[in-house]
Amino acid sequence: MKNEKLKLISEEGIRIDGRKLEELRPLRIEIGVLDKSDGSAYVELGKTKIFAAVFGPREVHPKHLALPDRAILNCRYHMTSFSVDERKPLGMTRREIELSKVIREALESVVFLEEFPRTSIDVYVEVIQADGGTRTAGLTAASLALAEAGIPMADLVAAVAVGKVEGHLVLDLCDIEDKYGEADMPIAMAPRLNSIVLLQLNGRLTKEEFRKALELAKKGIMEIYQKQRDALRKKYSEVSLMEV
Amino acid sequence: MSISQMKKSLTARIVQEKIYNLLMQGKRLDGRSPTDIRPINIVTGLVEKADGSALVSMGGTKILVGIKTEVGSPYPDRPREGSFTVNAELLPLASISFEPGPPDERGVELARVVDRSIRESRCIDLEKLCLIEGEKAYILFIDIYVLDYDGNYYDPSTIAVLAALATARIPRYEVVNGKLQKTGEYFNLQLQSLPFTITFGIIKERFLVDPQIEEESALDVSLIIGVDEKDNVVSIQKNSPGLIPENLLEQMIETASEKTKTIRQKFCEALNIGK
Repeated sequence: MKNEKLKLISEEGIRIDGRKLEELRPLRIEIGVLDKSDGSAYVELGKTKIFAAVFGPREVHPKHLALPDRAILNCRYHMTSFSVDERKPLGMTRREIELSKVIREALESVVFLEEFPRTSIDVYVEVIQADGGTRTAGLTAASLALAEAGIPMADLVAAVAVGKVEGHLVLDLCDIEDKYGEADMPIAMAPRLNSIVLLQLNGRLTKEEFRKALELAKKGIMEIYQKQRDALRKKYSEVSLMEV
Repeated sequence: MSISQMKKSLTARIVQEKIYNLLMQGKRLDGRSPTDIRPINIVTGLVEKADGSALVSMGGTKILVGIKTEVGSPYPDRPREGSFTVNAELLPLASISFEPGPPDERGVELARVVDRSIRESRCIDLEKLCLIEGEKAYILFIDIYVLDYDGNYYDPSTIAVLAALATARIPRYEVVNGKLQKTGEYFNLQLQSLPFTITFGIIKERFLVDPQIEEESALDVSLIIGVDEKDNVVSIQKNSPGLIPENLLEQMIETASEKTKTIRQKFCEALNIGK
């Protein structure tokens, strides 16, 4: 309710879930978690939990969608009905349609589609629990699934949301911070290319705050990028241990 | 499911090269400089049956916006506020690349980006749209139609929505014996801010604003930035595949802040608003 003043950040600069302002939630990454797909990954960022899977390059259906000079990339970002507080109706909401588009565009920025003309690469992102930052965690997972599927990319995509809560710039917003905060800015980068592949802003920031938020996001993104690379290395250095 | 778009199909490669070469000299096909926007024309009140309407052109792109109000229930978590929803349709008469049918992802994205600018800048005072606390409130249906598409439908859509809102006449209701009745009078929404957007296109390490259609097909990537009258950045959307060089962002924010001022001035002149 509006008049009960919810305090999201304490005097000492500690957030509602105990984190510092510039601290990521605990990140867990697993690669190769779904057998039937060509590549898959599971990402857990605090209570946000996401599976991503990739099929392809494979034949395009329907055929007329095929492009003569490159692969098409299909992307579906979807939340399970029980992933949010109030049950989400089945089917795609407008939000999911938009996020599918921006995630696809982010991935298309790094995948070498021209290597696989007349085929499709299908990326599925399933949010099984949403606690803020699902599009960014979804992208982090999707780029790992693409890597596991052996699809050549210019770089991995690492993503995080930054935002403004009670006047403070914070890294990696959780759901309640997103809801009651002043701004939410999801960013995805191809860190090796120094380039931004996804950028959205929902909320109000001054120009100076925008600059600082971008810096903060980069810091978080580098941390996630390192963990992505570690997870990939671990996966291929321990091939014999196919647990899960 | 979001599927890769066939882009760069309508414009010959030779034109794309020309656009690039011109941009390197700081020039453009239609004689504009990279940071010039096209001429803006605003007509309001064209549709009498709508509570507010506007037809806006920006160069060759034409957008029609209409607003209808209905009385409904407020959201349970916001009992003292009315609400609004934005929809957008890319009409098939606007371009050969638009097809009939329910809004596709481009239409959904357009609606959601415009919605974001309006909502985050708190342009509409939603508390003024409450009729009976927790029971009845106005719902504004803001519908955007792209009538003629010559590139960049984002910026003129935001202008048209604001023009329709600024000139809307909302029927007033009174409570008689616990029931709502139209009084036959109307009131204006007093807009609390004027957030405009600027669409950027990037080719290599250079950017331009307000791309027209041939330019759009030559862009590496595009981005929309919304700025309000207090110079706050109120919305951003990267809306195409491609890499945005990080070092260009600050400059684009600066340009957006400057160019939205130009639009705001034109808007206020056209609507006779003394802001």
